[in-house]
Amino acid sequence: MLGYVVRRLWQFVPTLLGVVLLVFFLFNFVGGDPAYLLAGKISNPAQIENIRRQLGVDQPYAIQLWIFVKQIASGDFGASWSTNERVSEIFATRLGPSLTVLVPLLAIGTLLAMAAAMLVAYLRGSLTDRAIMVGCTVAQSISILVYILVFQYVLAYQLGWFPVQGWGITFAENLLRYSVLAIIVGVAVSLAPDIRLYRSFFLDEINQDYVRTARAKGLSERRVLWVHVLRNAAIPIVTNILLQLPGLLAGAFLIERFFGIPGIGREVILAVERSDFPVIKAVTVYVAVATMIVNLAADLLYKAIDPRVQLK
Amino acid sequence: MSESAILPALPGAASPGVWTLAWRRFCRDRLGLACLVVVVIYGAVMAACAAGWIVRDWSEEVAVTFAPPSFLGPEAPRGAPAAAAATAPQGALEDYGIPDPLADDLAEIAQELSGVSASETRAVTLAFGADKWGRDVLKKAVKGTETSLFVGLVAAALAAFLGTLFGALAGYQGGWLDDLFNWLYSVLTSIPYLLLVLAVAAVVNQKGVLTVILILGLTGWTGIFRLIRAEYMKHKVREYVLAADAIGASAARRMFVHILPNVSHVVLVQLSLHVVLFIKSEVILTFLGFGVGVDTVSWGSMLAEAQSELILGKWWQITAATVAMAVLVSAFSLLTDALRDALDPRLK
Repeated sequence: MLGYVVRRLWQFVPTLLGVVLLVFFLFNFVGGDPAYLLAGKISNPAQIENIRRQLGVDQPYAIQLWIFVKQIASGDFGASWSTNERVSEIFATRLGPSLTVLVPLLAIGTLLAMAAAMLVAYLRGSLTDRAIMVGCTVAQSISILVYILVFQYVLAYQLGWFPVQGWGITFAENLLRYSVLAIIVGVAVSLAPDIRLYRSFFLDEINQDYVRTARAKGLSERRVLWVHVLRNAAIPIVTNILLQLPGLLAGAFLIERFFGIPGIGREVILAVERSDFPVIKAVTVYVAVATMIVNLAADLLYKAIDPRVQLK
Repeated sequence: MSESAILPALPGAASPGVWTLAWRRFCRDRLGLACLVVVVIYGAVMAACAAGWIVRDWSEEVAVTFAPPSFLGPEAPRGAPAAAAATAPQGALEDYGIPDPLADDLAEIAQELSGVSASETRAVTLAFGADKWGRDVLKKAVKGTETSLFVGLVAAALAAFLGTLFGALAGYQGGWLDDLFNWLYSVLTSIPYLLLVLAVAAVVNQKGVLTVILILGLTGWTGIFRLIRAEYMKHKVREYVLAADAIGASAARRMFVHILPNVSHVVLVQLSLHVVLFIKSEVILTFLGFGVGVDTVSWGSMLAEAQSELILGKWWQITAATVAMAVLVSAFSLLTDALRDALDPRLK
């Protein structure tokens, strides 16, 4: 077990190195000279030279790369180019709002999707099953943008049930007032793909031998589904949620942007709009690290839940 | 059924190939066939747009601002808010007891302006309404179809090409090539897809159809690579490949002439899966302002405009873009499912 963890951690090194090289290549070769971006309209050669020196881009590439590696190792990516806020500060203050929305969203979305998936798996092959599956495909084919725009317009703007956007000071206010609509939209968007995925997980289990045994020994279909099948189908579902987490942290940017939630995703969008390279670099590298760690955690969790799984 | 079972046994009669069989299975799926028809129609619309046969005049401002759809009739109270706005400042000024010295001139100008807009040949209503500049929403949706579908198709083709090529090299050759591409794969997949796309969009900082295609295609090949690599590893030890080796076929010939046709069903399903993914991504990218340029219309740019229109109660643009996109993407997704069912040999 320990040997496995150490080996996996060791495998992080080349991948992380690749991420660092990729980000470095993107921002230092493809991205052009950041000094011109920063200087903007009021540029004269002396000023540009000055900015170049400040950023360290007048150094040879090897030294720049070394600076970047040191930044990653120390967690100090310097300050944002547009607001001069420390990048570490940005992370620390934006993580809370992101989680305030994401944790309830994931919890509610998963429970609803599991319930619906179990229902359609129970009715597999019937007209209801087929209709719900086609409905999911149609729901999935509508852009997330439309969900956000329409929900915001109808529920917040027209009916006035929720604030259109905003963020408060206390946690309770944020969770119960400002996050609610964001959570509803998030659940609505994730429901269709989740139902489809979870349905396939349930169907995989329903055809197993142990289900036949459970039925053969006279258990009610309800008990078979709720106890035997659910427990086993929960394994891939839990892993799946865990794997989604890092992507969601940055991927919820549309929801965060529309509802004015000061989270990590909105910060990414702002950074991309303002060509704020230090912030994008830091987010990309850290999310990549988080993804790798979560992948490992998912594998370990899999082993913990299901003793049959062999880690190699 | 019995006929097709007997046919191969007859001497001289060729047995139906895998594609013929798949096509027969596919034809039995009515939903899949209907979806194929829808997708083909969209493709035809795209081709006709690109050739300039239809909606070449989509950017002409043919109607009044926000002309409503014909079935709603012309907007009756259109003059009313304007009149209210014109009288409101007067009322406010009268509160001070000073008559507005410009009131008559303003009224004259207002009349002149409304006279001008009425005398022009701008339509009051359009089949499905007009946008802020009076352009036909329906034509924009058709033109947007061309952009979005083109981006989706070409980007998916690029991703499928890269994924297949890399997957074939890694899976068939193994060794350091396999290590290299696996390393690339793990690097690219350790960054969440949309974050990667956004990061690339941030540094490229250049709008346009080609840029979007390159961004999506160059970052989106990883899923296809993984599957194709596994297929090649499975196939390279099979007897027909060994036989090809024995008669002296080169490695490239074995990879792309012998094995590729046998894994092409995987590529096809993945291709159509990625078209859907890329159409959705293009819409989001364009909406955020990193996608196609301002002189091009896509569903994403229509949704971006609809954002402010919706507050004014002008719902037709968002509806047109949403319906156009939902119909195509639904049809494409269901077609993908049908294709998978028809091509998956395990279901035989």
